[in-house]
Amino acid sequence: MSTVVGEVDQHDDHHHHAPSGITRWLFTTNHKDIGSLYLWFSFIMFLVGGSMAMVIRAELFQPGLQLVDPHFFNQMTTVHGLIMVFGAVMPAFTGLANWMIPMMIGAPDMALPRMNNWSFWILPFAFTILLASLFMEGGGPAFGWTFYAPLSTTYSSDSTALFVFSVHIMGISSIMGAINVIVTIMNMRAPGMSYMKMPLFVWTWFITAFLLIAVMPVLAGAVTMVLTDKYFGTSFFDAAGGGDPVLFQHIFWFFGHPEVYIMILPSFGIVSAIIPAFSRKRLFGYASMVYATAAIAGLSFLVWAHHMFTTGMPVFAELFFMYCTMLISVPTGVKVFNWVATMWRGSISFETPMLFALAFVILFTIGGFSGLMLAITPVDFQYHDTYFVVAHFHYVLVSGAIFSIMAAAYYWLPKWTGHMYDEKLAKTHFWASLISVNVLFFPMHFAGLAGMPRRIPDYSIAFADINQIVSIGGFAFGLSQLIFLWVVIKCVKGGEKAPAKPWEGAEGLEWTVPSPAPYHTFDTPPEVK
Amino acid sequence: MAEQKHEKYYVPASSPWPIVGAIGLGLIAFGAGHTVIDASKDADGWGINVLLGGIAVILVMLFGWFRDQINESMSGLYSKQLGHSYRQGMAWFIFSEIMFFAAFFGALFYARVIAVEWLGGASNNAMTNEVLWPGFEAIWPLTETPGGTESGAMGWTGLPLYNTIILIISSFTCHFAHVGLEKGKRKQLTAWLGLTIILGCIFLYLQGAEYVHAYEELGLTLDSGIYGNTFYMLTGFHGMHVTLGTIMLIVMFLRVVKGHFTPESHFAFQATSWYWHFVDVVWVCLFIFVYVL
Repeated sequence: MSTVVGEVDQHDDHHHHAPSGITRWLFTTNHKDIGSLYLWFSFIMFLVGGSMAMVIRAELFQPGLQLVDPHFFNQMTTVHGLIMVFGAVMPAFTGLANWMIPMMIGAPDMALPRMNNWSFWILPFAFTILLASLFMEGGGPAFGWTFYAPLSTTYSSDSTALFVFSVHIMGISSIMGAINVIVTIMNMRAPGMSYMKMPLFVWTWFITAFLLIAVMPVLAGAVTMVLTDKYFGTSFFDAAGGGDPVLFQHIFWFFGHPEVYIMILPSFGIVSAIIPAFSRKRLFGYASMVYATAAIAGLSFLVWAHHMFTTGMPVFAELFFMYCTMLISVPTGVKVFNWVATMWRGSISFETPMLFALAFVILFTIGGFSGLMLAITPVDFQYHDTYFVVAHFHYVLVSGAIFSIMAAAYYWLPKWTGHMYDEKLAKTHFWASLISVNVLFFPMHFAGLAGMPRRIPDYSIAFADINQIVSIGGFAFGLSQLIFLWVVIKCVKGGEKAPAKPWEGAEGLEWTVPSPAPYHTFDTPPEVK
Repeated sequence: MAEQKHEKYYVPASSPWPIVGAIGLGLIAFGAGHTVIDASKDADGWGINVLLGGIAVILVMLFGWFRDQINESMSGLYSKQLGHSYRQGMAWFIFSEIMFFAAFFGALFYARVIAVEWLGGASNNAMTNEVLWPGFEAIWPLTETPGGTESGAMGWTGLPLYNTIILIISSFTCHFAHVGLEKGKRKQLTAWLGLTIILGCIFLYLQGAEYVHAYEELGLTLDSGIYGNTFYMLTGFHGMHVTLGTIMLIVMFLRVVKGHFTPESHFAFQATSWYWHFVDVVWVCLFIFVYVL
């Protein structure tokens, strides 16, 4: 896509090197340090949220109540969702954005480096507050990550106010992070790096950042109304005062649907970098990829009520949201087509990043198709609130978003650490994850179609076998991720030295700087032709 | 690389303020949460102390961070490109604020057009009205809720109208101050800026008086149903933004008096002015949709 003309001069005589000690991480303004902080934080959250999933799967291993009481089970499903969405997936993408975007566009750093650090450090406080609320009297949030009213208002525990304010500061963090990304992309591109020359990861993040700034404030509005309804006597979601609980769902999903694209668009960018690199071909249909991403983002504002088909809406509205939702499969189809076309007659090799990217394409498509099934209003009445929905969004979020994050980590680890990761171990991680993720989530489709409701700690004895298989898959998937931790630690500590460009077919400015990337890259912007 | 086409982009070495800010926000969230929980139980707790501590930390951070920033700017470290970053950052921040207000305007429109109408039996909800809320009549402003809470309604003449005029004028005075700055006419700048601040304060005072009137004479309170909810949440958040904007204007005034800003370089002033215009536009929407219609 872009080639660098002339030598990129890497000054090492810069006025500040990487400082040492704890203050390096507390006071840093360096996009690479902050990127690493985000990535490690998100991995810790991934393990915390993952252990909650393990509690859920352990309880569901058998019908009947055995390990935890239902109220605690509800807290686990709720906080698992919140942690994975706001603590694991979103910060992982922000970490990747921090590390890669300045290097990809030839910028010396993020546009607003101090605010960048602020965005990160809010997160540990926000999640500490959220997790601490689990230990309060009456327990933590137990109303599902979607915190529908009146579950979150009339029937919620005392600690709800802490949930509300922790979501507020998470939102502040996301908005500042997104402003930073968007301003960096608009203002810090190297000379010659026009918009249509930007790598797709930058493009997808550009659009993601816009979505974040547009919808995180709406989430803030939603939690604020929950707070005032619960504690200050307002009745936004209470019919007795002239409000409507359905209003909550509208506001929440107006945030929530763009939010799910926030968690997948950067994946598209990652996969669009990796597949060409290992196919040794240019990406097929670059421009159409950009337009497809923009189209998905635009449509994401018009489909929110497909989460509410069974809530009750005029038929016209149900049809409108059904058709708009189906329309999204067009740009998504363009993307899948382009990835496949990129591989067509390519000289493909199967290193771990490519394996994860390929698994992403296939498994994300499965998730996309089950999404299409859910989009059909009349049949959604059958699927709604069953394990079919759980299967659907875990296919797009785990074997979609998380797999792409894994792919990105393997792809750029040599650039970050200066070492090659252990390919054999990484492949073990891949195959273990691939098999277990399908054992974990594929049978859920059938449980859901047969009518097993989600968010319930007990179930009919008819679902016993299927749940046992699912739970075994779950434990295996959870354990497999420890292999990933091992690979990363090994790679950080040592290993074969990585060249500046370890992947033969990789393109982009990040491969023109040495591995590991020097503390400051592109003090002088490179010339891009 | 003999010639540099770009000026060097200033990347600060490191800064303690972001982590101080994170601690401050953490304390505010934790403290505010516990304050609300304590209040709901009518208990005196330590939540409020944590909250106030958090606010104090944030104030220290703002002071320190802006001081660093101003010193850097005054010592010429900033390039034009950095100025663009700040301006774009501010513009996107204002966009996020617009979306925050959009959530509450959305709630208002939904309540007026859909929720209240349906409770009154519109569309196919005749039985909802008949069985669940017999005798409820869908009118706006909702002076009697389905549950039977009664309140008065705020008219648009009088105080709200004066406030609208005041805020619109203040947008112009703010603009005149900006023009004065850009033309290097410092007297014009100080005079118009001072006037803007006075208008902002008058607005806030009248808004307070209006709240007293609503609470004491109209019986319109925060918990008197969806009309009172949307009224107070929208005007309340707007009032908070006006307060913040006025504080920002006062800081700008102090900096102008100290001789800061040049016709070429005055990001902070421009950002404040944008913010003030934004607050003004929100009020015009409020006046139309909350008061008049």
